[in-house]
Parts: sequence; structure tokens; C-alpha cells
Amino acid sequence: MKFGIVVFPGTWSDRDCHYAIHDVLGGGADYIWHKETSLFGYDCVVLPGGFSYGDYLRAGAIARFSPVMREVERFAMSGGVVIGICNGFQILCEAGLLPGVLLPADHLQYRCQWVNLRVENNSSPFTSGCHKGQVLKIPISHYEGNYYADEATLQELESNEQVVFRYSTASARITSAANPNGSLHNIAGIVNREGNVLGMMPHPERACEAILGSTDGNVIWESIVEYYQRRSG
Amino acid sequence: MNITKEDLDKVALSEEEYGLIIQGLGREPTEVELGILGSLWSEHCGYKHSKPLLKLLPSKSKRVMVEPGEENAGVVDIGDGLVVVMKMESHNHPSAVEPFQGAATGIGGIVRDIFTMGARPIALMNSLCFGPLSQVHNRYLCNGVVDGIAAYGNCLGIPNVGGEISFSECYSTNPLVNVLCLGIAHEGELVSSSAGGEGNLLMLAGADTGRDGIYGASGLASRTFGGDQELRPTVQVGNPFLEKLLIEACLELARTDWIVGMQDLGAAGLTSSAIESAAKGGCGLDLDVLKVPRREENMTPYEVMLSESQERMLLIVKKGYQDRVKALFDHWEVPSVVIGQVTGDGMAVIREGEEITAEVPVSLLSSPPLYRPRARKPSWLGEVQSFDARSVPDLKPRQCNPTLLQLLSSPNIASKEAVYRQYDHQVMNNSVVLPGSDAAVLRVKGTRKGLALTTDSNGKYCYLDPFVGGVIVVAEAARNLVCSGAEPMAITDCLNFGDPEKKEVYYQLRECVKGIARACRELQLPVISGNVSLYNEARDGAIYPTPVIGMVGLLDDVSTCCTTSFKDEGDLVFLLGEVLSRDEGRDGLGGSEYLEMSHGLVRGRPSIDLALERRVQRCLLEAIRAGLVKSAHDCSHGGLAVTIAESCIAGNIGFRGGISCRLEEQPEGETKATSADVRLDSVLFGERQSRIVISLTRSALVKLSRITRKWRVPLAFLGEVGGQYLVVEGYLDLPLARAKKSWKGGLPRALSGNA
Repeated sequence: MKFGIVVFPGTWSDRDCHYAIHDVLGGGADYIWHKETSLFGYDCVVLPGGFSYGDYLRAGAIARFSPVMREVERFAMSGGVVIGICNGFQILCEAGLLPGVLLPADHLQYRCQWVNLRVENNSSPFTSGCHKGQVLKIPISHYEGNYYADEATLQELESNEQVVFRYSTASARITSAANPNGSLHNIAGIVNREGNVLGMMPHPERACEAILGSTDGNVIWESIVEYYQRRSG
Repeated sequence: MNITKEDLDKVALSEEEYGLIIQGLGREPTEVELGILGSLWSEHCGYKHSKPLLKLLPSKSKRVMVEPGEENAGVVDIGDGLVVVMKMESHNHPSAVEPFQGAATGIGGIVRDIFTMGARPIALMNSLCFGPLSQVHNRYLCNGVVDGIAAYGNCLGIPNVGGEISFSECYSTNPLVNVLCLGIAHEGELVSSSAGGEGNLLMLAGADTGRDGIYGASGLASRTFGGDQELRPTVQVGNPFLEKLLIEACLELARTDWIVGMQDLGAAGLTSSAIESAAKGGCGLDLDVLKVPRREENMTPYEVMLSESQERMLLIVKKGYQDRVKALFDHWEVPSVVIGQVTGDGMAVIREGEEITAEVPVSLLSSPPLYRPRARKPSWLGEVQSFDARSVPDLKPRQCNPTLLQLLSSPNIASKEAVYRQYDHQVMNNSVVLPGSDAAVLRVKGTRKGLALTTDSNGKYCYLDPFVGGVIVVAEAARNLVCSGAEPMAITDCLNFGDPEKKEVYYQLRECVKGIARACRELQLPVISGNVSLYNEARDGAIYPTPVIGMVGLLDDVSTCCTTSFKDEGDLVFLLGEVLSRDEGRDGLGGSEYLEMSHGLVRGRPSIDLALERRVQRCLLEAIRAGLVKSAHDCSHGGLAVTIAESCIAGNIGFRGGISCRLEEQPEGETKATSADVRLDSVLFGERQSRIVISLTRSALVKLSRITRKWRVPLAFLGEVGGQYLVVEGYLDLPLARAKKSWKGGLPRALSGNA
């Protein structure tokens, strides 16, 4: 299977994603420049982190109009697996592929730190290798990651089990102290209703080797590969 | 043209220098020529007061490939076909005027210095000094600078892996903002900044040119200025998004054979970048300011040439390749345009369409007069150096707990997490040791190697003794790298001083440089790049003389790297290096954080034994490489008690020890604590050099002793790791959580004005 890593002007997690998928896990991965108009040949599309267009407007608000995004929408509608990380999550929300928005952090500062994520749903293509309640140690690096949606949307997310990751303590407790940015319901990652589009603020591609402090991010890429193999096998 | 003293002041030239210009040209200069000369002959570009001193610094080693001044940054070989490119630069004056943009564009500038050479920037670090945070203006400066660094660096996707922040009254209104960037490249990929090849084209890529930053080099950075002037228009505004695109485009260009050189536009804008590359290539140039894309109307040739608009690059393109270069930049959505060409006659010709507005020999522009100002030892120096510890009362045992907590929460010692967590320090997947340790460690992808990086300064020591202070700063930086298991490799320095035309300031500059040079020779470290920032004068006179040392070290196997944190219950803790001594002035109180905090005194004389320092470093490095050391933490700032507390906090595990008042060396090289009449404050909080607190398993002790004996380095037993208390029997007894709260809370409280 092949991952396609979209590069917008200002994207910087593209190389880290490529490193984790290709160099660490031995998977196939190519870069896709944002002006491309075809996603033919890709099995999973990655929207990586960074500051697309400098994020001078609302984060992700300009990137969602890049030519490639029309294809990403079509790809997602037809059941293709899409993962948006950090800026990628913001772009997916701006594009309407995921509900809600990512506001500036409640403390109004950029934060780069390790966080713990509790896996809430292990039936998604992104988490099938986890067990429910498992805690993943993965870093965040963002300013606008404070998940917000209206009450009805939140209800729907919860009742459909669309919340995939929540900020937690190392012992899997959901507390406000474990929430690094003020996200409602400690939400760190959600999927769409169909379950094939994931947006998450933390950076799994950074938790890819023991020497970097954690390998917990790899399970997400491995789950995607396994999902693909199951589907095509 | 009728030149007045005011006109000359505006470009920071003296009447004597004006005479030299007339002599060199054989006529009076035009307005544009005068502006160009003023910038290039400024301290910032021309180093006219510091160049003779800088020659004292050793700049060679078997690893050094590019020495200071040859290119935009120094280069060292790390093997495996890879080279490391490094430079540090100051952005003090712009940050004093507009902290956010001043610091942000400082990052932009130093990053350009690295990718200009064809190297990918992989790490940023910064050394910051501010006045006390109790003053609202200093909080404004500090928060603004940190925000600016975060905003620019985070957007670029280059990890900011650490650095230092310190606070002292002398930096009020004149903060120091020194930023370091490290890049990596394959050996054959480096790009020169020199122009050459008659008929080759000069292309300008990146941002349009505006009126921002005119007089930046000659005005802001090269003289002192009063408080009431509105100087904000001389500060540039950064666009990190464009810089990110420039990085990618220029690195792609560097892999082609379409160019002969590349040079960023920094201080004095197009003027210095074009002239410097022509000077390096020994050629001339002819450029037309009408071809320079502008963001404002009616700009004069003078303004175009001296604008310091950010995010611009000068490309020296082989004739016939301009269309390919343009296509490459078009792909990255970055504008690029031909503005002139390389000539063979050694003249810099600036034209506005048909009209020539400046025509000056490149050799005249690039050879500013050099000065050796007169130095005078400050009359007050003897007085501040004389310090008799008997003039202050020793601590009583019951005062030890509160004193330690107070020190841990003082902004100079407290955790800097509140700052560095705002910087992305993990992007690029190389960060092995994160900010907060003695040095940052990055792995080098595709190899087993690692790079350790640190910045160090100690303005107070340099104020008390410029020569010894200079020695200590280098020694401490090297010690920090060694504590992480790295072999120190090369230095980049920023020399931050006051007005060099004052004899006392020049004395400080000269002595500090001599001290740095002395330590470099002893520790066999070359200075490969750097920058000089003079005229740092606050309300009450010059800042502390503050040389900042950036140092990179190499680990052959990054998995052997060592951190400051205590690890496991039962590990033994030792002090490696200099033991206590009752010799005059060796109590470590002079210049210490403790003495200033508890007694309000900045006095005394720091000291160091360089030969011992070198042995301590060699000894520790050998022990770490042999896998004997579980933690190592440089014991300097705040003294022994603070160092132990920091290792406890970092490892979230306690310590129990029985240091009484004296550590005496035993014949077998291992020492035991015995009580004697040494001062308590000196033992716990005195600051001495060449000391490292290490921890190890019991079984490693025999092997370690063998190594310490070989290097003739004292080793003193301090105690054991374990529990959740920090205990030094009879003196300290604190729950770890309490120490941690003070250490973590100090800076956030001060930054929010609630100290």
C-alpha cells in the first residue's frame, strides 16, 4: 500500500511523516505537492502538520482551497483513508470533512510537550492495533488545537463513538490537568461519521523511535496498513 | 554635495573616515555612496573596533573546513561525509526597540546564514538576557522576545532545542537576544557566498523591498541611542512563511550546478550582500535598482540599497541559467528577478536605469579603517574584586531549607520550561535530549552519531574579572557538552559589550577575548564563526561584558548520551572535580547567585584551574563512554545544593547524603566527607568551576575510581539516590515536591509579574 503525504506551502511535518512511515516502518510513501489534481495510486492520504500559508489567517483556512483538496474530498467520500495531523486536522475541519473547529489554546500560548492519549475507539482504521483504554505517549506542538463544537455536535460525536483520542493522565484518567489546550471533552482526535477520516492534534510521526522518547505513534500507521491489507485481502 | 557633521552622524561615520573616503575615491562621495560606505564601515558589518582582537581567537582544528569570515558561517567535518554549519548572531538593538519583531527577524537572519551555505538548518538555540522581571518594561521585553522567537521559529519547522535566559539589572532597556542556528549538509553540497565569473547574473529572490530597516546596521547596531527617539521604523518585520519557502527553494537550488554563489540579505541589505560577495570573489558588479521589486512607491536608490527588508536572497547565477532558476523559485511561489551582473573591473556600480548613482571600488568598500581603541582598566574593578567572606555572616543550619527554595525559584536558576515549551523542540525527529538538560542532544539521521549543543554566558563573572570570566564561559560550555557525553568540537561566539570608544569597555572586550582565546587553546577548541555587538548601553551605562559561547560537540554513538537526572534507587552520588578549599577567594561565594540574592552583593573574583578543568572533562568523557555514569550535571550556578536538587527534580527521585562541612581528598583518590570549619554557605551554595555531580551504580565504582586516578581527578562521595526527599543530614530536609514546586514555579510567577 502507498501513503501520499500532501505538502502545502509552509508544511513541515511532511518529512517527519515520511521518515516514520518509510524509514522506520518500511512502508511506501510519496510526497504530493498541493497543486496536484490526482490522488491515483494512493491508499492513504496524510495531511501533515506545519503552518500552511503561514496560518496568517485562521489555521488551515487557505490550504483548504488548494487544488489537491478537491481530490482529497473526493477520495474521502469514496471511502479512502485520510489522516490529518495538527495543521492537517485544522485543514480537515476547515474543509468540512470533520465537524468542529480548533480554537487558540485557552492559555493563549503555543505548546510543545509530551501528552498522554487514551484510545477511546479501537474499531477505527487508525487504532485497530490498540486496545480500548490504552494510553499512548505522543507529543503535541500547536497553538490552535483547542477543539470546539456545539453541544449537539459533541453529543453526536460521543454517541457515534467518533472521539478516538482524549488527553488523559499516564494512568488513563481524563482530567482537566491532563488537557493541554482547553479542548472540550479533552478531545485530541476524532473521526468522521463513516470512520475513514481522522483528525488529531498530537504528532504520532514524532513518537516513532525509542531514542526520541516513544514509539507509541507507530501503532497508528501500522493499524492503517493492517486495515488496508484486511480490506484488500 | 555639501556634507555636514549631521549627515555623517546619520550614517555613523567620523570626519576622519570621511577624509579617507575622499582620498579613496579621489572626489566627494554621492549620497548613495556615502550611505553604502556608512553601512559597510559600521561596526556591525566592518568590525572596525573588534577585528584586531578577533584575530586572537584560535580558528583551526583538523575538523574545521571553513573559518570565521570566509563564509556566512563556520563549518566542521563530522565524518560520514557530513559537515555541520554553525553560527550565532545578536539582535539586541532591534529587540530593545520592538521585542517581538526584533527577536523574530533575528531568527530569520541566522537561519538564512545557514541555508545560504546549502546546509539544512536543523536546530536553533538562544541566549537571552533581560533586566529583572519585577519591572514591567522588562517583562514586556522578555515576553515579546519569547513570543517573537516562538512565532518565527515554530512556523519554520526548525526545532528550538534550548539555550539560556538570565536576568540582571544591567540589561534593563538593553536586552541581549543572541540566536544560534546549526545546519547539516553533505560535504560536497556547500555553496559559497562569493560572486565570480564576468557576465554571470545577480538575481534577487524573496520578498519585495520596502523602507523597513534603513539605517539598521549603521544606526541601531553601531552606536548608542537615547531613550526618547522613535526608532521602531528601523526595525524590520518578518515573514516566516516566506522564509520557509526560501529554505526549500534555496536548498533545492544548492543541489543544482546553476549558480556560483548565494548570499542572504541581512544587515545593510542589498549593499552588504552584493558588495561582500563581490569582495570575496575579487570581482565587480553592476546592478540596477529599478529592477528591484518594491513594496512601496517612490523609493530612492539610497533606500533600495540600504533597506533591510527581510527574507531576501541574492543568487549569483551562471549566465544562461536564469530561466531555470526562475522556474525553480516559481514552483515554490517565490518571486525572483535579475537585477544586475558580475563585472571584471572591481568596481561596484549602482545605477537607476541609465543614471549611475554610485561607482566605488569594491576594495574601498570592503576595507574599513580598523581601530585599536585605548584600553583602561576600570578604576572600580579592584574594589568589586575585593571581597572578604568574613564580611557576611554564614548561614545557620535552619536557614538552609528556605535558602535553597529561594534560590530554586529565582528566575536565574528556576526551570525555564515556561519559555521553552512555547518553542517546537521536537520537529525533524532528531531531538534525543530535550531542553532543560546541560546540553541538547540531536541524533544525526543515517549515522550512529549525535550532536550536543549548548550556549553559555556569565556576564557577572565577566564583569568581576573579564579575563577569567572569558575563560570560564568557554570551560563551562565545554563541561556542559561533556556532561552529555559529547566531545566538544567547535565554538561560535557573540561578543556583547558596551561602547568600545570608552576605554574601560574596550578593556573588558580585550580581556574577555583574551580569556576566551586562552581557554580555547587549553581545551583545543576553534572559534569558527560569530558576531560582535557593541554599543549595548542601558540607562546606567554599559551592560555587563557578556560574551556568549555557542558550542557544538560530537557523540560517536548517540545512544551513550548522558542526562542530568538521577535514575534509580540506591545509585551512588559523587562530586567529580575540584574539592573545597579554604584558600583565599576559593570559597565560591564571590560572584555567586547566593551572594547576590541573600546579601545583595555582586563582588569577588571567580577563579578556575584550566589544567584541572581539562582533566575533569577528559575523565568524565572516558567514564561516560565506558558506560559507568548514569547521570552527570555541571555543578556551577547556584552551587552544590542546587545542582543536586536539579538532578532530583529531573529524575523525580530523592537524595540522601551526609555532606558535612568539608570534602577532603583521600590518598586512594576517593574522598569522604569530614566535618571542619569551612563555611556552610560556601559548601552548599558556593560556585566553583571544574565540578560535576554524577551518579552511578555501586558496581561501577571500582572502574570509575581507576579512571579518576588515571586523570588525577578528585572524587568525593556525596550520598545516595532514593526516596522522595532531598536530605543533606543536619542541613537540608525537603520533600522533593516542595523543591520542584519552587523550581518550576519561579519563572512563570516572575513572568506574570507576581514574583
